[in-house]
Amino acid sequence: MTEKIDFDVPEIPARIEDPGVQPHASSHLKPYRAQHQHQEALGFPGELVDGWQEKAIDKLGELTGKYRSLQVFMDSCMKCGACTDKCHYYLGTGDPNNMPVARQDLLRNVYRRYYTLPGKLFPKLVGAVDLTEDVLDQWYTYFHQCSQCRRCSVFCPVGIDTSEVSMAAREILDTVGTGQKYVNEVIGKVHRLGNNLGLPEPALADTLEGLEEDIEEEIGVPVRLPLDQAGADILLVTPSADFFAEPHVDGLIGYAKVFHQAGLSWTLSSHASEAANFGLFIGSYDNMQQVAKRIRQAALDLGVKRIVFGECGHAWRVAYNFLSTLTGPLEFLDTAFPSPQHVVEVTHNLLQSGRLQVDPSANDDKRVTYHDSCNVARGSGMGDIPGGQMLLPRQVINAVCNNFFEMPANTTGDATFCCGGGGGLLTDELIELRVKGALPRMQALQTVDKAHDITHMVAICAICKSQFAKVLPYYGFQMDQILSLHQLVGDALVWKVNEV
Amino acid sequence: MPIEVDGTIYDTDEEGYLLDFNVWSREITLKMAESDSCELTDSHWEVIHFLREYYEEYQIAPAIRILTKAVGRKLGKEKGNSKYLYQLYPEGPAKQACRYAGLPKPTGCV
Repeated sequence: MTEKIDFDVPEIPARIEDPGVQPHASSHLKPYRAQHQHQEALGFPGELVDGWQEKAIDKLGELTGKYRSLQVFMDSCMKCGACTDKCHYYLGTGDPNNMPVARQDLLRNVYRRYYTLPGKLFPKLVGAVDLTEDVLDQWYTYFHQCSQCRRCSVFCPVGIDTSEVSMAAREILDTVGTGQKYVNEVIGKVHRLGNNLGLPEPALADTLEGLEEDIEEEIGVPVRLPLDQAGADILLVTPSADFFAEPHVDGLIGYAKVFHQAGLSWTLSSHASEAANFGLFIGSYDNMQQVAKRIRQAALDLGVKRIVFGECGHAWRVAYNFLSTLTGPLEFLDTAFPSPQHVVEVTHNLLQSGRLQVDPSANDDKRVTYHDSCNVARGSGMGDIPGGQMLLPRQVINAVCNNFFEMPANTTGDATFCCGGGGGLLTDELIELRVKGALPRMQALQTVDKAHDITHMVAICAICKSQFAKVLPYYGFQMDQILSLHQLVGDALVWKVNEV
Repeated sequence: MPIEVDGTIYDTDEEGYLLDFNVWSREITLKMAESDSCELTDSHWEVIHFLREYYEEYQIAPAIRILTKAVGRKLGKEKGNSKYLYQLYPEGPAKQACRYAGLPKPTGCV
């Protein structure tokens, strides 16, 4: 590791445990603020507005009125403490404001002050606080130290979802003109160019052509990555990181190989060249809807019958739960596939029906474990069976790889730990937070590594992959130990001469 | 943090990426490398020149595969991989090399 590090990387503990409260340990960590152009492209004011206090309070009232869940979350915490040691950012930093209850209270205390009778009459007695500039600043800091992974909500006896609380807080911050640069700049690029990277159509076409050459060179089979091919059956919507970065691109190559071997007709779209929907992270229904509508439009323009999502965690959360609510009906899709599918579901079905020829020994050089991405595990489903979002990826891995080992059960499935970079925090100025937030996952990885000599960790989320590629070296692992699930699949496919 | 070279001040973003691709010069790169205590070799410059050529044509940094292939062509096949690029640019080719080449920082889930 030759990159400069100006903070102490935590030692990996023998087990995941409460680090002890260290007040203000991460109060200096905040993302860059969005500038005028980033804000205005999303319909938000370019800077902190006059009368921001009143506007923020009004917005809070509007949101608790609009989202019944938020109102319940504000009213129902009984301070039991079950959540306090469940957040990876608390476990990694020790900052008490990263305890989920404390994070919620940053908003809840203001809600109490302006929207409850005791808070209006006796604020001090009920912990209600005025919305001051300091409070606004704390919101900015600590609602950008929540990756909206929902792990805390699994342990909350009344199911309070800090993710929704942080989305609401960010929506308020954007509304008064103090949004976050990384997320808002990215959403602006999707509105303008169709993807998070800002990859224009000619660059995308050139990139895909290059990948086709690489695949043919590797396996001698002319696998195509079609772009804007009208009349194709399937529209594949995948994170633009799949075109750009490693190990993501190996996953994209894997999807292409799967589609090719199964003889499926498919295409990518330059209009909807992004699965991610960062509108979710800032709680902005309008922006989320605008991003999602590109997918419906592309599907209509290309005349496809199915929509399949690539390996992107929060995209699948949006697509699985409410894509057609955002976009309007997808009534033109094949009645056998009326809603979007995950590429893991597609591959799983093909494996089950014997339409893919695989030789798992092709991956015998690897000993893998699987990281459940938070948005997939806790925010979605797969395969129309309970827990399918946990089962299907594992069944696919087991079909294509002989050496699969689980991390400890309290770190997988619906108790999975976030990678540390989700929810709009995958930005370099937050690297200290990202490294520390990855600590619980690194602990789990080390545990399975010690027992089973793991070579790789597999994931199905672009953010997880980028985050791990970046933070693994801080903990003594290698950046290329993180893999796309569909790389494993692609590498295990057996090609016969007559398929060429 | 703007960069000053020969009395001219060039605007950058918070992380030191030039705001304007067109104002780039060799001297600006040298200045950036100097503040990072990074000694630039011909191999570093090959990457920088390729990044600039690609950006001029496509208005975006090249995908990692395109970059590694180009490096492999120019510097030898054994160097056409991301491990080699990370040796040259420890902060990452997409980030450090883009900054030195005067490109904006790649955004998104990368």
